[in-house]
Amino acid sequence: MTRIVVLGAGMVGAACARELALAGFAVTVVDRSGPAAGTTAHGEGNVLVSDKGPGPELELAKLSRELWPAILDGDPNADAAEWDPKGGIVVATTAEGAGALTEFAEGQRKAGVTAEEMDVAALAAAEPHLTRDVAKAVRYPEDAQVQPTGAATALLAAAVRAGAELRTGCEALGAVRRGGRITGVRTSAGTIEGDAVVNAAGPWSGEVAKRLGVRLDVRPRRGEVLVTAPMPPTVFHKVYDADYVGAVGSAAEDLQASAVVEATRGGTILLGSSRRRVGFDDRLRPEVLSVIAAKALRLFPMLAGVPVIRAYGGFRPFVPDHLPVIGADPGLDGLWHATGHEGAGIGLSAGTAAVLRDLMLGREPAIDADPFRADRPAVQSEGENL
Amino acid sequence: MSRHVVIVGAGPAGLGAAAGALRAGADVTLVDASEQPGGQYHRMLPDAFAAADPGRLHHGWQGFERLRDHVLRHPRCDWWPESTVWSIERHDEGTPAVHVLRGEADAAGRERRVLQPDALVLAPGAHDRVLPFPGWELPGVYTAGAAQALAKGERLVVGDPVLIAGSGPFLLPVAASLIEAGATVLEVLEANPAATVARGWARRPWELASQAGKAGELAEYAGLLARHRVPYRTGRAVIEARGDGRVEEAVTARLRPDWSVVPGTERTVPVDALCVTHGFSPQLELPVAAGCALARTPGGAFTEVDTDQCTTAPGVYAAGEITGIGGAPAARTEGLLAGWIAGGGDPGAREAGALRRRRDQARAFAARLAAAHPIGAAWPGWLRDETVVCRCEETTYGSLCRAAGDEASGSARAVKLGTRAGLGPCQARVCGPTAAELLSGKVPGANPHHRPIAQPIRLGELASPPTENTPDPDQKESAR
Repeated sequence: MTRIVVLGAGMVGAACARELALAGFAVTVVDRSGPAAGTTAHGEGNVLVSDKGPGPELELAKLSRELWPAILDGDPNADAAEWDPKGGIVVATTAEGAGALTEFAEGQRKAGVTAEEMDVAALAAAEPHLTRDVAKAVRYPEDAQVQPTGAATALLAAAVRAGAELRTGCEALGAVRRGGRITGVRTSAGTIEGDAVVNAAGPWSGEVAKRLGVRLDVRPRRGEVLVTAPMPPTVFHKVYDADYVGAVGSAAEDLQASAVVEATRGGTILLGSSRRRVGFDDRLRPEVLSVIAAKALRLFPMLAGVPVIRAYGGFRPFVPDHLPVIGADPGLDGLWHATGHEGAGIGLSAGTAAVLRDLMLGREPAIDADPFRADRPAVQSEGENL
Repeated sequence: MSRHVVIVGAGPAGLGAAAGALRAGADVTLVDASEQPGGQYHRMLPDAFAAADPGRLHHGWQGFERLRDHVLRHPRCDWWPESTVWSIERHDEGTPAVHVLRGEADAAGRERRVLQPDALVLAPGAHDRVLPFPGWELPGVYTAGAAQALAKGERLVVGDPVLIAGSGPFLLPVAASLIEAGATVLEVLEANPAATVARGWARRPWELASQAGKAGELAEYAGLLARHRVPYRTGRAVIEARGDGRVEEAVTARLRPDWSVVPGTERTVPVDALCVTHGFSPQLELPVAAGCALARTPGGAFTEVDTDQCTTAPGVYAAGEITGIGGAPAARTEGLLAGWIAGGGDPGAREAGALRRRRDQARAFAARLAAAHPIGAAWPGWLRDETVVCRCEETTYGSLCRAAGDEASGSARAVKLGTRAGLGPCQARVCGPTAAELLSGKVPGANPHHRPIAQPIRLGELASPPTENTPDPDQKESAR
């Protein structure tokens, strides 16, 4: 039986481990910390099509959105994943933003995304507490949300039921090579042999690649989320500012922030989001939190008196061309990558795992996987972390 | 220009630090969430440790008043009452900035201020620690600290009759306060057996000589209990509270030295209220946010300090309960030393040496008390599957154990997010140390003190920019 070592027990590693174990591989999942302890535990749980323009990432998002309900259907831990197809509403508060949003939504419709124009009455009915000062609003009924650690641990448990082995507290240190192939991973807990290795280490996958002796330009991009005290139902969809699309697509190092507001099952409201390239500096910056709060209040002024009781930050795996990396390493046979999803890894994990599985089995994936190749220049260029 | 020292907390440690920094010639900003300085001083810790006459509720008050007046009236001290530190911002180098909200906690639109001191002294103190047991979430079950604060501050008794249980020297002053306030105290239960208590007290008797006042004070409490015929029993604990909608009876049982229950020794006692204490938890979110390393001790985690109260973070000093539960005299002495050094005082000065000696004596006494009143490792044996561990989110012991036992969800963060333990309004201040203890050795990565937003801040407050500080040191009057 072919043995596969998956490096990383976050959302992407868990989804890949599950697909590969179900496909009959002998899978070992290795994580230097615990399950879902890194980026997965520090995000919002987006399963979005709304923030992606036509192109390969949108195709991956559509595939993922189709797969998620099937993956969770009948899973004994599905409840913990808190799957909620609540839909997203994107609002523009300026005339300029409204024009850009109109054009963006039009392109998405052509690519098969449901993007519904909302009039004032429909918006007020859908989000009664939203500011009335809205130039344009578009509803994306396909947008959904999961509780990311619950989703990742559910998929990891499914992988374990399918025979996968989980090794936590075990850090990848280097590759074992034989005849130009990777045949195992040296770890802090000894060597783990494998016929193939999947690098699913998220923002740390650039460092993991380096330890395995190959190049992969994946860098951390910092993000912060504010959490309010539990509230009666106030926000019903994932509501975000049209600026969000611009911030996601930017590559700027300095702070990019846009309002993303949504409620959780626990009654808290999550307020995002910021994007900064600061390496692995994990200090929370009060001025960044302040910007997030101000942007959120522009959408929901009535939240001004609501206490923020918690804030958390994490690192997204950033690739300069904003496309995930899914495929074989060009330099080391037997090494595969499934990483670089930036802030979309929770949602995109389902499609990523399916594509990776097909590629590893030599089958035709459901979508064109060429744009995600690991040998593309954006990923192989001189990275700043190399 | 003289050094600017910011001191967070105006209890014994913070007031001591202010006095020390002022003596060293520094400008001081003293920040506390309360309206009045003193911290928990006149409510809890000092009574457990300081020389006091239990017949008077506020003994040790004169010394405190002198220190308070000296500090608050000092021309170089800027006193910021009702000021909450909600965040500490670490820079690449140098002393971190302190983000403060000024104004009543309930008032809307508190003012945001940012202090950038030359040195920062953290003295936030500690809060009550209570271990969970079945029924502890029932109305009528109080932390001993809350019961004492009501008795002393409001002259209110939490119930009558009342039973007091737990561990530590704090049991006695709580009992005294309730008796003074007119309640019938049924009994006082110390969970540790008499042998453990006696061994802790009898070890190294020469240390007691310098702390005779405190030892004597505890003896006086014992005398008061005897006069009121309140039994003080060792090796016995409340292992369950029962009642329909509020506590009606307590189940007590004899414990072995590791706090496992001796079967067949259970007794049911009708009560109107139950007061419980298992010592104190240091408030470590600010030192953690400031980047201070923690020292792990058998009594729990505390801020690591050197002989001059310096933490491992640049420009940050710590004093009082966050460096080890030691009571008011130790806290005040540590504060004096920390303030002196933070304010630029000579570490080799003769009085600094004297402070170090006094601190070491007070610490030794505190260590003796800790040894006499350890927490028995078998206490989770009292818990049942359905016992609530996190009261805010009603997370049960069973769900916590199941999450921790499942390898696929077995990381501290996954357990927390999956069970919601510690995610509620108290942000794990109550259940955090307990959950961490229950999960220790089972899941990696637990840090119950990581709380980068140290206190809730309203979105409107957060969204508005901070008020610029006027650099004028003579702003004292306007700040009042």
